[in-house]
Amino acid sequence: MKKLAVRIYMGLIFLFLYAPIIVLIVFSFNKTKSRGQWAGFTLDWYAQLFKDRLITEALYYTVTIAILATVISTIVGTIAAIGIHYMRGFGKNLLLNINNIPVLNPDIVTGVALMTLFISAGMRLGFMTMLIAHVLFCIPYVILAVLPKLRQLNRHIAEAAMDLGATPSYALRKIILPEIRPGIISGALMAFTMSIDDFVISFFTAGNEVSNLSIVVYSMARRGVKPTINALSTLMFLAVVILLLIINKKSGEGEELLL
Amino acid sequence: MKRMRILAYPYSVWMAIFIVVPLILVFLYSFTEGDIRNLAQLKFSTRSYERVSEPIYLKVIVNSFILATLSTLFCLALGYPVAMIVARANPKVRSMLLMFLIVPMWMNFLLRTYAWMSILSPNGFLNRLLEFFGLPRLEIMPGKTAVLLGMIYNFLPFMILPIYTVLSKIDKQYLEAASDLGANKTRTFFKIILPLSIPGVVSGITMVFLPAVSTFVISGLLGGGKTPLIGDLIEQQFMWEGNWHFGSSLSIILMVMILISMAIMSRIDRDGKQDENGHAKA
Repeated sequence: MKKLAVRIYMGLIFLFLYAPIIVLIVFSFNKTKSRGQWAGFTLDWYAQLFKDRLITEALYYTVTIAILATVISTIVGTIAAIGIHYMRGFGKNLLLNINNIPVLNPDIVTGVALMTLFISAGMRLGFMTMLIAHVLFCIPYVILAVLPKLRQLNRHIAEAAMDLGATPSYALRKIILPEIRPGIISGALMAFTMSIDDFVISFFTAGNEVSNLSIVVYSMARRGVKPTINALSTLMFLAVVILLLIINKKSGEGEELLL
Repeated sequence: MKRMRILAYPYSVWMAIFIVVPLILVFLYSFTEGDIRNLAQLKFSTRSYERVSEPIYLKVIVNSFILATLSTLFCLALGYPVAMIVARANPKVRSMLLMFLIVPMWMNFLLRTYAWMSILSPNGFLNRLLEFFGLPRLEIMPGKTAVLLGMIYNFLPFMILPIYTVLSKIDKQYLEAASDLGANKTRTFFKIILPLSIPGVVSGITMVFLPAVSTFVISGLLGGGKTPLIGDLIEQQFMWEGNWHFGSSLSIILMVMILISMAIMSRIDRDGKQDENGHAKA
């Protein structure tokens, strides 16, 4: 009896979580523009999707910014994390607290604050400002992923290497970096997903000429519903599921990465 | 190894420019009036804060707080049992359930909200379904109910996951000991499971309340401008009205609201831990 109740409850929760996704996918193959009626199968919306310049351009910007932001924030974040790790006392706490601000602050505040900075400094909103914004909110996640690995590091090994004649940079490359690699990788993955999924901060820092996929979806949804968004959602969802399956297969610690 | 410290210096400069200065600017704009493009000519003024206290805007702020609180409570009520069920499942089922809980979160936030638009809109899927079964139509979108639903949908996993993490770490021996000593299931839940899960509940509440109180996407798309939240006001001021002073005051108020609620939550967290110690002593 209790088992049945548990099953029904979980069933309802999963229905709640998946119903919108299923509806989107089903209606991406629907012949009419109407959202409620089924009028037959079509792939038209997918064809239109790839002809739509707004969407293909947005896709280009989304991916380019995500890759650039990931690379830059992973490098800068890792270097900064090593520096912060060897600091002590007040300075360390101060830096860590400031580093946490973009994580804890609501995105909308981070977004408008950056926008006021860029415009006050006379910068034109566009690709550059959006990239800076993405690097800004990605670095803290890299640092938060790398620091625990640095704490696990046996500090005597690097010291021993230097006693034996290694230069600090050699010790860094040959000893510290290989040891903290798992942290760097999970930080980079976090940065990439945060960047590709971001809407709010991009919305305020991208200006009128550049938009990512989220911004396009927002403006399209506001103006009225277009079935091409359904097609886009289906493709993006599939991409995510495939990526997820690959990550899960490749590493037994997939679950850890996702959480 | 002290020399490694210099590696943190470039990032310190970066943080000063892109984290500290922007927040100072927002603070500055919130307390001034005048041309935003000319920092030297700004004059001190509390006018934008006075404007916040006008009834229409106060109502928006109160509304945001109420909706965020309601959605947090619903997420807690719906999510806690889910976390418990997942934590108790055997390992194989457990990792499958977790995966199914996480997959929707990987779908773009905008698309998830958009999906609800197409279900709830007057001619949407839900109403067609209700019509098909001869049931009365539901006119909840645009409106508060739709916004609440969108919040619960988007943030429910943020409640489930931290609670699950804490519950799955509870030592099974505590539960065995409790039942050996004659406690029934209800008593075990209230005396052991619930107190030990408080840290998870606290971080779940924070993770739901924070995005819910500051959202403008959910209210913009599902509320259709009928139930503006504080986030919508901020968006309006910065993107359309160009009144940075008023927008900045609203941002500062939003930050203060969040800081206060986080302080309250960390207080509860600490009290919970003291309680735990109290039990151990008794």
